[in-house]
Amino acid sequence: MSGFAQNTFNGLVSGAFYALLALGLAVIFGMLRVVNFAHGAFYMLGAFGAYVLLAEAGVPFWAALVIMPVGLALLGMALERAVIHRLTKLDPLYNFLLTFGLTLILQDLVKLRYGVQSSPYETPSLLSGSVDFGLFDFPTYRVFILGFAVLLCVAVWWVLTRTRIGMVVRASTERPDLTRAFGIDVGRWVTPVFGFGIGLAGLAGVLAAPMRAVNPLMGADLIIVVFAVVVIGGLGSIFGSVAAGFGIGLVQAWGEAYLSNFPLVSQTIVFVVMAGVLLWRPAGLFGREEAPA
Amino acid sequence: MRRTMGVAAASAVVVLVAGCGGGGPQSSGDQKLTGDKIVLGVLNDQSGAYSELSGKNSVAAVEMAIADFTAKYGDKAVTKDITVETADHQNKPDVANSKAQEMYDRKGVDLILDVPTSSAALKVADVAKEKKKLYFNIGAATTDLTGKSCNKYTFHYAYDTYMLANGTGKTTTEQIGKNWYILYPNYAFGQDMEKSFSTAITAAGGTVVGKDGAPFPNTSGDFSTFLLKAPNLNPKPNVLGTMQAGAELVNVVKQYNEFKLRDKGVGLAVGLMFLTDIHSLTPAALAGTTYTDAWYWNFDAKNREFADRFQQKAGTRPTFAHAANYSAALQYLEAVQAAGTDDADAVVKGLEGKTVEDVFLRNGKIRAEDHRVVHDAYLAQVKPQAEVTEPWDYVKVLKTIPAAEAFRAPSADCKL
Repeated sequence: MSGFAQNTFNGLVSGAFYALLALGLAVIFGMLRVVNFAHGAFYMLGAFGAYVLLAEAGVPFWAALVIMPVGLALLGMALERAVIHRLTKLDPLYNFLLTFGLTLILQDLVKLRYGVQSSPYETPSLLSGSVDFGLFDFPTYRVFILGFAVLLCVAVWWVLTRTRIGMVVRASTERPDLTRAFGIDVGRWVTPVFGFGIGLAGLAGVLAAPMRAVNPLMGADLIIVVFAVVVIGGLGSIFGSVAAGFGIGLVQAWGEAYLSNFPLVSQTIVFVVMAGVLLWRPAGLFGREEAPA
Repeated sequence: MRRTMGVAAASAVVVLVAGCGGGGPQSSGDQKLTGDKIVLGVLNDQSGAYSELSGKNSVAAVEMAIADFTAKYGDKAVTKDITVETADHQNKPDVANSKAQEMYDRKGVDLILDVPTSSAALKVADVAKEKKKLYFNIGAATTDLTGKSCNKYTFHYAYDTYMLANGTGKTTTEQIGKNWYILYPNYAFGQDMEKSFSTAITAAGGTVVGKDGAPFPNTSGDFSTFLLKAPNLNPKPNVLGTMQAGAELVNVVKQYNEFKLRDKGVGLAVGLMFLTDIHSLTPAALAGTTYTDAWYWNFDAKNREFADRFQQKAGTRPTFAHAANYSAALQYLEAVQAAGTDDADAVVKGLEGKTVEDVFLRNGKIRAEDHRVVHDAYLAQVKPQAEVTEPWDYVKVLKTIPAAEAFRAPSADCKL
């Protein structure tokens, strides 16, 4: 029983990373109709930034947790202004070329300076212990990640559903043309939303630094699963991406724990789920089918 | 067109220089060296996961060997025209295959060195056999290079899965703990390592109480399922043996520490680890971990002298792969010098059965039966942070494993 609870907890922790990344992808796709293949690279920059801040300037984890998301959000906004916004009118192929190319450039720039070997990053001392849950004890840092991610998702949900800004963003995400027809300047919100999505990726990166290998390719490995998560949740669906993120984290953890005699199954389970969902609901679990153009 | 012109011009210059120099060894006038020069080819990972433990710095090591050889023989050297060709195989067998052919056929390479990643290494062995050209593998671990895929022109120089398992598995079982939980990446290398370790542990009187193949590549980066399982097995394991490499090893160790398995009485043994891995994890994260090393830079004065020269050239301390590349290049040049020709068959004849002593090979012998190069190996333990007094000196050698015991006996599968 305690084993099951622990595996569930771990699944939720992995899910928290998926959810944060998928949430960013979802708002960006919703608002700009751009699939940001560079999302994993920004996650990597978040983790690397935390490492560089600590190793070269002695900036602690807690400060990095604020500095990196904000810094990357600003970088994201600059990129959106400079290149990304030009994609909206072009063939989706250009979207792929640009954002994927961006990934390669960012990865190689980091590689050039810091090499491919993973860089060390320690768990902040305040969170290095473990919490006793009666049935089992669990590393404090993981409890912190889970709490933090859930809190953040709830906050985003609150902003989106309870504030005027959120209403505008949601409307522009789901029906940009109609929103424009109501006289709302959709374009004004595009840049900050892109920056916000990138900021979330950077935040996930900083959170990952103490428990994952920090190297230029760390985002490239993770992003494959995150795209599956986004597709399962429904491309552009904000709630769907968060729910699918935690869901896939759980499925993976349970798969590894209880299907370990069938390594092929536990390795491919995410993509099996994705294929199943696409057959059953082509727009994803929470997505809405787009009206034919 | 311009390229061929350039090559033609360059060869003309070489011929002229060689002709005028006249100071060559006995061979002058004869066609003892193809193209009157020796070309060493370093084929390895120059941009990916293994580029730091070997990569460009292995090229630097080979250049050091050439400089040392030239300095040693001076005018008596078989040739002064020794160059290095390099290529990036990106750890892909098909790329390795075509780059190896290109090296032998078009770049005039006499010897291919390094080639990490077992699947790529085996492809290059096939090319060497077909082209009848020499190949010293350093970076790959598979015992198939001296087993069913062995051939006359292929030598396996630095280490293999048997050496790692035998050293770490046997000694850790005898000295640290008898009950093992093995975690391995579920692909050829990991499965091979798991089998070798299980055999070595059982032979030493230990028990494998549990083993799991983790997904490879592990896209979630999470190993907690396995790490949580380990302390709850019955009987409880006192050693966790991880066969993961590179970034996955980093993930396993970070999470091993997160779940405080050492405090729960589960020690850590690592299947394959390079100095660069310890550097990126920090000795604090690995303190007390045992593993088998093929060579350690601060083991004795001789190694240290080499490491100092290497650092001057490359800016960092050498891994065992760097030292082995140096040694392999040097021993090849010595063999050509002795044979007076770079003819592959003649060089092989000179190498087979030869005993060698250099900075990397201690009590070294090039086995004629399967072309396994045997030498002393070392059981190493990562020092606690407090005992680390200089950068990169992270390890103490617990025990020297004599050359005769470090490697397996020649395999019956190998027919040269």
